[in-house]
Amino acid sequence: MTASAQDFENNPLGKDTTLEDVLDGFEFLDDWEERYAFIIDLGKQLPEFPDDERREENYVHGCQSQVWLIHHHDEATGKLYLLIDSDAIIVRGLAAIILVALNGKTPRDLLATDIDELFEKLDLFRHISPTRGNGLRAMVGKIRDIAAEAA
Amino acid sequence: MNDLAMAKPTHKAGFDVTAARRDFPILGQQINDKPLVYLDNGASAQKPIAVLDAMDRYYRQMHSNVHRGAHTLGDRATSAFEGARETVRAFVNAGSTEEIIWTRGTTEAINLVANGLAGRLKPGDEILVSQMEHHANIVPWQMIAERTGAKVVPVQITPEGELDLDSFNSLLGDKTKILALTHVSNVLGTINPVAALIEQVKARGVFTLIDGAQAVPHFQPDVQALGCDFYAFSSHKLFGPTGIGVLYGRKQLLEEMPPYQGGGEMIERVSFERTTWNVLPYKFEAGTPAVAEAVGLGAAIEYLNGFDRAAMEAAENRLLERANELVETVPGMEIIGTAKQKVPVMSFKIEGLHPSDIGTLLDQQGIAIRTGHHCAMPLMDFYGVPGTARASFAFYNTVEEVEQLFTALQKVQRLFA
Repeated sequence: MTASAQDFENNPLGKDTTLEDVLDGFEFLDDWEERYAFIIDLGKQLPEFPDDERREENYVHGCQSQVWLIHHHDEATGKLYLLIDSDAIIVRGLAAIILVALNGKTPRDLLATDIDELFEKLDLFRHISPTRGNGLRAMVGKIRDIAAEAA
Repeated sequence: MNDLAMAKPTHKAGFDVTAARRDFPILGQQINDKPLVYLDNGASAQKPIAVLDAMDRYYRQMHSNVHRGAHTLGDRATSAFEGARETVRAFVNAGSTEEIIWTRGTTEAINLVANGLAGRLKPGDEILVSQMEHHANIVPWQMIAERTGAKVVPVQITPEGELDLDSFNSLLGDKTKILALTHVSNVLGTINPVAALIEQVKARGVFTLIDGAQAVPHFQPDVQALGCDFYAFSSHKLFGPTGIGVLYGRKQLLEEMPPYQGGGEMIERVSFERTTWNVLPYKFEAGTPAVAEAVGLGAAIEYLNGFDRAAMEAAENRLLERANELVETVPGMEIIGTAKQKVPVMSFKIEGLHPSDIGTLLDQQGIAIRTGHHCAMPLMDFYGVPGTARASFAFYNTVEEVEQLFTALQKVQRLFA
């Protein structure tokens, strides 16, 4: 099955789970174990990714893990919806944080969102910095490209 | 005699890891508020004070260009530089310093040989490599195969990660012109029986190159006993600086081979009518060389020479032994590479976890390992994995660090449960 508009809009990340939830959640976590347990749990909220969308054009290159990204631009509301998948659990969690910040926004709002700042606030910046080969940077780059094209 | 190449032997009989660790300032730091446990030595090893000091002293007291000879500093630099070459010669037991070529690393050394032998290849000729090679010992051969019509043929390996000798024997034939083999696998830790294979192919006039990058940090090769035509390794994995490596080449072959790069230093005489090459080893060393790095590598080898190498190897083997004992404490953990002859390198996977998950959460606990394909994609394909996690030990690692790794892995597993 390919992803329907409904599948995109049902993604809880950015809708039911908001940026405030994530920021509040992080505030009460003391040590790295709790923080990563929280990140891993967030990753479990990624909706199922349609198998037939695992195609070359949806593959995010530059990742140690496999990362897939598809989008749906709702003409009526102007909002951009995203689905992401990865075979690495922590990358899934970090992708969930990215979705919480960017999913379901208009391209203009999306482009105005500073993901680096968010990751710095969460003390996760090293994961998104260009020195880490985990592909989050490539993922964010691809999302911004999609938004720029849709804007 | 310069005192640079003469870093004094500081350690005597037996092996005292606590004392050895004091020689490596970088190991004393905290990472993520935990004491650093550095288990990524296969990617690059740390440097002892002897190396840092030798390079510092070189720049403070002797730096100038080498082989120019018009002044005292030039003499000092040249003597330090050539002294290091002699140290390397003795390290690999080459017959002469003419056979020791400085390169940027193992990769450049293999490219140099591949280019040098290209003229001897014709369409249909075969270059034998193995399934466990690093890309640096595959791609240069593919490039000259492309140019010459030769073919790169991989020798298969067994599930344990040993060379499949039946495959080797069946592939070795009249078309085989080059055997390019790793001494030690960077992923599996397997020590290949290179001496026997070299002997077997030499009778057929096959050229042999051994990639020693992962071997030299653990034991000393003897190129004459091995009988190989070429032996390549990098300084930075041998506790020396980055940016320099070594190609040992048999003199007669080096003399017959064309130069690799053209420029200064490698010429005897240049004119627009006819340019002639410098003598060995300079024929292969175009441009101003990495002098301080050569001096640093020399110091690294002298530093290692100060140890009881047998005791050191025994201590390293104890690390791997302890790791193997602890594997069962992490359910779902599987070692990739269980050859009988191994250096202390442990590639592994853990059921349900991506290598990058393991690497990230070990880093949180101050433990540095490598995750990914390790520049050995054909080997990853063989095992059907996207990558592995790899802990690679050096002599300065301790049994306690091995135990910390496993405690940390248990924690990682609990987090993902």
